[in-house]
Amino acid sequence: MEKTVTITNASGLHARPAALLVKEASAFKSVIKLVKNGKEVDAKSLLGVMSLAAKQNDEITIRAEGEDAEAAVNKLAEIIATLS
Amino acid sequence: MSQTIQGVGAAPGINLGTAVWWRKEQPTVTVKTVADTQAETAKLKQAIDQTKEQINTLRQTAAERMGEEEAQVFDAHLAFLDDPGFTGEMENRIHSQKKNAEAICQEVTEEMSALMASLDDEYMQARADDIRDVGSRLLLNLLGKKPFDPSQLKAGDVVVAEELTPSDTAQFPEGIAGMVTAKGSKTAHAAIMARTLGIPAVLGLGALINNIQDDDKLIVNGDKGTIILNPSEAEEQEARQLIAAQKEAREAALKEAAADAYTADGKRIQTFANIGSLNDIELAVKNHAEGVGLFRTEFLYLESDHWPTEEEQYQAYAKVLSAFNGRPVVIRTLDIGGDKDLPYADLPKEENPFLGHRAIRYCLANPDVFKTQLKALLRASVHGNLWIMFPMIENLSEIRAAKALLEECRQELTGAGTEVADDIKVGIMIEVPAAAVTADLLAKEVDFMSIGTNDLTQYTLAADRGNEQVAHLYDAAHPAVLRLVKMTCDAADKAGILVGMCGELAGDVTMTEILVGLGLHELSMSASAIPEVKQRVRLIDSAKAKALADKALQLEDGDQVRALIRS
Repeated sequence: MEKTVTITNASGLHARPAALLVKEASAFKSVIKLVKNGKEVDAKSLLGVMSLAAKQNDEITIRAEGEDAEAAVNKLAEIIATLS
Repeated sequence: MSQTIQGVGAAPGINLGTAVWWRKEQPTVTVKTVADTQAETAKLKQAIDQTKEQINTLRQTAAERMGEEEAQVFDAHLAFLDDPGFTGEMENRIHSQKKNAEAICQEVTEEMSALMASLDDEYMQARADDIRDVGSRLLLNLLGKKPFDPSQLKAGDVVVAEELTPSDTAQFPEGIAGMVTAKGSKTAHAAIMARTLGIPAVLGLGALINNIQDDDKLIVNGDKGTIILNPSEAEEQEARQLIAAQKEAREAALKEAAADAYTADGKRIQTFANIGSLNDIELAVKNHAEGVGLFRTEFLYLESDHWPTEEEQYQAYAKVLSAFNGRPVVIRTLDIGGDKDLPYADLPKEENPFLGHRAIRYCLANPDVFKTQLKALLRASVHGNLWIMFPMIENLSEIRAAKALLEECRQELTGAGTEVADDIKVGIMIEVPAAAVTADLLAKEVDFMSIGTNDLTQYTLAADRGNEQVAHLYDAAHPAVLRLVKMTCDAADKAGILVGMCGELAGDVTMTEILVGLGLHELSMSASAIPEVKQRVRLIDSAKAKALADKALQLEDGDQVRALIRS
């Protein structure tokens, strides 16, 4: 299960947005990865997400595997889309 | 078993205390193969819990001391300890690589911090330091060592370190019993700091310092330059007697120091304090400084992350001027460059910084920076007796340019209706040999001169005191330096202006008589040296002192000068 979204907010996946994303991701049982330009990180790791250094207009693929994979992907995609 | 180790006595006095290693270096980690990876991850988890506990305590202390905002950095540290990409990765690798937790911890910490540091984003780069910080704390816990935290230092501790930087000593709490380092000499930063704080220091112990363990009992003898590790009962007894005698002598000197200093034949010698931070003001007042002979303004710039504003500087200058209640306060304008760098100033790296673009040279080339400081000084002048001093002057045109800028600032301020004192004295530091040699010319343009012996010595003898290979050549008592001091004093005398000294030589009580004999009117030193120097001044006969100084000028080297003093 995966979905690709574009970062819209000006500061990208910065400190606070990254922390929020990690917090939401950690609530799911599935293994969730974020992929940017072929680089894949654990969506439940703040360090991982921050190390993506994703900026405005970057494309991020959310990939999840597990029982709640679909819910996870949709939720994270929604968060990224509504970041401000 | 007691062991005596010889080093260099860098700050006088004797004290007894408990050794505490000031650890900055990463401990060495050996990579081992482990069979029971379950036990290894259990060990890691335990160390993580321990680390969390310590960080929570640190966070609390930080919040109390510095406020909630400063404390929030520790929240990031705590988050990393739960991060699957950090501690989770360590766990995975212990299982997959079958290596010991210590080696894995170091490996992951290095990798993650390098990764963060490589990102093209300042915020992320700063996180690299956080990762390193939390990683090294975790590693120390894995090794069963106490992670070092300056706030754990307490009165009676002897700080033991490879070497100490200004940012280290700034974190010392009150009541430190002594300082012991492997590197460093009498003129190292740590030595200056120890003399300022009035605590004994023995530096340059070399590799033997590794014989000292945390919690060992230590006698630090800064007079002899020795330490006694785990002293015998008899040695401890003897030390306690010496400490008591020293305390008594100090208290007696301090009591007498309340009165201004005159030589036995009635010549006034002003004993001032050198001040390097606002904390030093209290110490100076307590030791009965008769004024401030050198207020270093660099701390305002070094402790800031931006160019200090006029208002920020004004507050600091007003504070020191008010504290001295009409007594002279010599404030030296910015002495940056050389070995002092400012992160926000973007100073270019120089091949030869001490012969480079520093101090007054930098200020004259950056009039915006300079004028901000001059205006802050002028505004503060109404709070006391302000003397402004320009550093590193080597010719007349520099003095004239600096004075012209000062006048420009005054006009701008008074034009806007700001009050400025009209009796501000303007002087220069004599620290370049050229200035000493031509002091008669420079004296005509200024109200006072103050000899900075630290730089004057290194420039005259062409020896860097921080370079262990040539540090032995650096000797402020060298007759070459003393002759330059004499030339400066004679020039001041002829011009009828005041001449002082604000280098470390001024606080060396064994040199006081020669300095008075050379013709200095004012000596400015670490506050803790003032009572003893005053005591010495009162014993001096100025005619005899002059004869002694004249003799010293004819000697071959510093050793002969010191032998003359002892004879």
